[in-house]
Amino acid sequence: MAHFEKAKSLNEWFDQRLGVNTLNRVLAKEYWIPKDINFLWAMGMVLAITFGILLVSGIFLLMYYQPNVDLAFDSVNYTIMQEVGYGWLWRHVHAVAASVVFLIIYIHMFTGIYYGSYKKGRELIWISGMLLFVAFSAEAFSGYMLPWGQMSYWAGMVITNLFSMGSLEMNGVVEWIRGDYVPAQAFLDRFFMLHVLLIPIVILLLIGIHFGALRLPHVNNQNGEEIDFEVEAEKYRSGNKAASKVIAFANDFMAKDMFVVAVFLVFFFYLVFWNFGFAMDPVNFDPADGLVTPAHIYPEWYFLWSYEILRPFSKDIGLIAFAFAQVIFFLLPFLDRSPNAVPASRRGLFNIWFWVMLVDLIVLTAMGKLPPEGIYSTIGYVAALVFIALWIALPIITKLEKKL
Amino acid sequence: MGKAFGAVAGVGAVGALYAMKRSWDPLPSVKAAGFTTVDLSTCVANKLVVEKWRGKPIFVLKKTAEMVAAQSDAQNARDIVIGDDHYMVNIGLCTHLGCIPAYRDKKHDFLCACHGGEFDASGIDTKAPPPSPLVIPPFKITGNTLILGEEGPEFKKMKDAGIIA
Amino acid sequence: MKELFILAVVTFFSLLTYWLVEPFAHGQMHAHVDSKSFAYADLPALTKQGDATRGADTFMAGGCIGCHNVKALGMETGMSAKDAAAAYGVNPPDLSNAGAIYDAKFLADLIKNPAHAMSVEHKFDDMHPHPMPAFYGAGGEDIDQEIADMVAYMQSIAVKAEEVTPKMAFEDACGRCHAVRYTKWTQLGEMPNFKYKKDELRFQADVLDAQDAVKAYMGKLPPDLSMYIRSRNEHFLSTFIEDPQSHLHGTAMPRVGVTAHASEQVIEYMKMAGDPLAADRDEIGKNVMIYMIFFVLFAYLWKRQIWKDLH
Repeated sequence: MAHFEKAKSLNEWFDQRLGVNTLNRVLAKEYWIPKDINFLWAMGMVLAITFGILLVSGIFLLMYYQPNVDLAFDSVNYTIMQEVGYGWLWRHVHAVAASVVFLIIYIHMFTGIYYGSYKKGRELIWISGMLLFVAFSAEAFSGYMLPWGQMSYWAGMVITNLFSMGSLEMNGVVEWIRGDYVPAQAFLDRFFMLHVLLIPIVILLLIGIHFGALRLPHVNNQNGEEIDFEVEAEKYRSGNKAASKVIAFANDFMAKDMFVVAVFLVFFFYLVFWNFGFAMDPVNFDPADGLVTPAHIYPEWYFLWSYEILRPFSKDIGLIAFAFAQVIFFLLPFLDRSPNAVPASRRGLFNIWFWVMLVDLIVLTAMGKLPPEGIYSTIGYVAALVFIALWIALPIITKLEKKL
Repeated sequence: MGKAFGAVAGVGAVGALYAMKRSWDPLPSVKAAGFTTVDLSTCVANKLVVEKWRGKPIFVLKKTAEMVAAQSDAQNARDIVIGDDHYMVNIGLCTHLGCIPAYRDKKHDFLCACHGGEFDASGIDTKAPPPSPLVIPPFKITGNTLILGEEGPEFKKMKDAGIIA
Repeated sequence: MKELFILAVVTFFSLLTYWLVEPFAHGQMHAHVDSKSFAYADLPALTKQGDATRGADTFMAGGCIGCHNVKALGMETGMSAKDAAAAYGVNPPDLSNAGAIYDAKFLADLIKNPAHAMSVEHKFDDMHPHPMPAFYGAGGEDIDQEIADMVAYMQSIAVKAEEVTPKMAFEDACGRCHAVRYTKWTQLGEMPNFKYKKDELRFQADVLDAQDAVKAYMGKLPPDLSMYIRSRNEHFLSTFIEDPQSHLHGTAMPRVGVTAHASEQVIEYMKMAGDPLAADRDEIGKNVMIYMIFFVLFAYLWKRQIWKDLH
């Protein structure tokens, strides 16, 4: 048995048993963050808070939700929305947060791409982040099934159909995923399980890895400057905080983060109370009906760009393009052949690549929602080709880039 | 021995994975509902029979000799022929927005009440808005019995001929 | 300054995306239908001045009460809602308040030619006439005068137009075909609280029969309207009620000919069914926003204090 002195304070008691002082030093007081950052660096905290909001609101929804094809719709739209005290609030908060979290994820991703924060030791941050994106997508999709409205049902039908792999016609796989020939009770139950248990566990694990991957290479800064953290930390410790290029995670960085979070929450609650239509599609307020297809079927806005890459091509090529779009962002750290981890504005051709990619994704997003007819179909087709071309061009233009 | 223990553990994991895979298979009760048999010998000519198969209405229509005589090749190609009898077997959902069309026995055609689409007695769309003919479900014929949900040779032949998309 | 510029860029692209996938895309997907203020301009104008006293006689002679109840005056056909639905496809409306709920021009045209007034002529012909027979005159010289009299009579027995409540308007104009399970409304009226399961099942079986009758009449069962206030928007509902054909050409749903006021009441009823807490949402939203001002303020003050030493 190890030797324990009698603790003189509660803090010491915990420190002896958990090493809280060491944790506090490594994770907060002496977790050095560059000072030269802007509010985009707070998006991680905004995401963490939004995830917390989703978790809490989800717990309260879970207590009244009925995962049964006959009861699900009414348990959401009547029991939760009308009977449960503040049930409507949890539901609006949950739905809006589920949509807004993707806006923040995209901002977070594009911040990473713009400032080159995915290379020079930060590859795992990027990859774990992309895994989180996939896990969040699965979480969003499975959650979208639960109200069992028309969009739930038909999105479930269309998306699970993708697993027949086009001309391979692997209908057995589709039926295995659904547990039925059409989305029905077995389908709703298993997606309910995925949504409230399995995927959240995966997300929590991935968040742990994502944060862990960040600790050693440190956060990037907005000029791509290489910082000697030892030297700068010494300046900070000696009291010369103003001259130091670093700040402590807590409370320095946290204080700025929380201010950004506060501003974000104003925007968030405005959406929750007055502008929630974008996150709660009207069509999904019609109960699921396997005999009637809605006039327009489209995914939620954050899936539109990849949906549009699927759509303009013939069945098989569309599926291949879709699969390409799903995995290609993972490879960004390896397709970017340039050694420069600096803002895109200083990287010549890559700067153009960045803005074209951003605009192209927005075009794809818009076309993905519009009916695939006439000019929209053509624009979508071109935008999908541009997307693929951009990724083919990326290794070439970054290879040509001069070392700064 | 560490590796050997790992291998044994691996075998167990594969076994567990198999059990997990099987747990996601459609249940027997679901599968049983996936096949519907229809006794065609009980059908009366020009009287529509509606069966239910996998949550969808299935139209079964035995045609009269006059109806068959008046048919074009395209219409004949969609019929199931047993002996001299022609049967139309289609999923009874309008290909426009999925309403269930009604059979008009005097005119030998289908009218969709929702948006006025029309189909002939072989399920071919004759008046917009429906964009395509009624869908033919996978079927198999044994004697006078029609099994829905299984792909028989007649169904495959229709498929090869491009009648079924 | 640089941060504000970055914020402007982020905001610009976010709003652009929002505009494209929401207002723009929905504008492209759904044709916009303007309200015609419930003027029913396609129906002939009323030229005759109706007389309610004469109208009462014509009303009786015209045979209206053979199918229609007028419960306010104690006139009943003796047919239950269930039997009436089975006989006519849909239970004919009680005419007690028809004069207040429906437009006068519409009523006049309806009496003369039901399928025309309700814009469902595509569904009926001489072989399959509309279940409500057209009125060919009750022996008077001028059929239009007789009709004007009957309309005047119906208006005289009804409540005042502004007294039409959401429940009255909905049940009369919509509730004979559409159920609203969130308000316990069925095609046969409000579902009572049953003490015995058997009675409840019996009632439900009757409702299913009535639904079958409506289904046969309409082509498919008219949808339950519980959540229509959220699945459609107010403008859609209003213009759809005014003229179903304008949104869904060829639809089996008849134009019901309600007045602008009655239409508002119908929509009010749908709000009560599908979104009754909208006012709470607004109220609580305002309080949350006031709280958020303090939240932002204190977050800012904390940040300023911490960063004082850092700059």
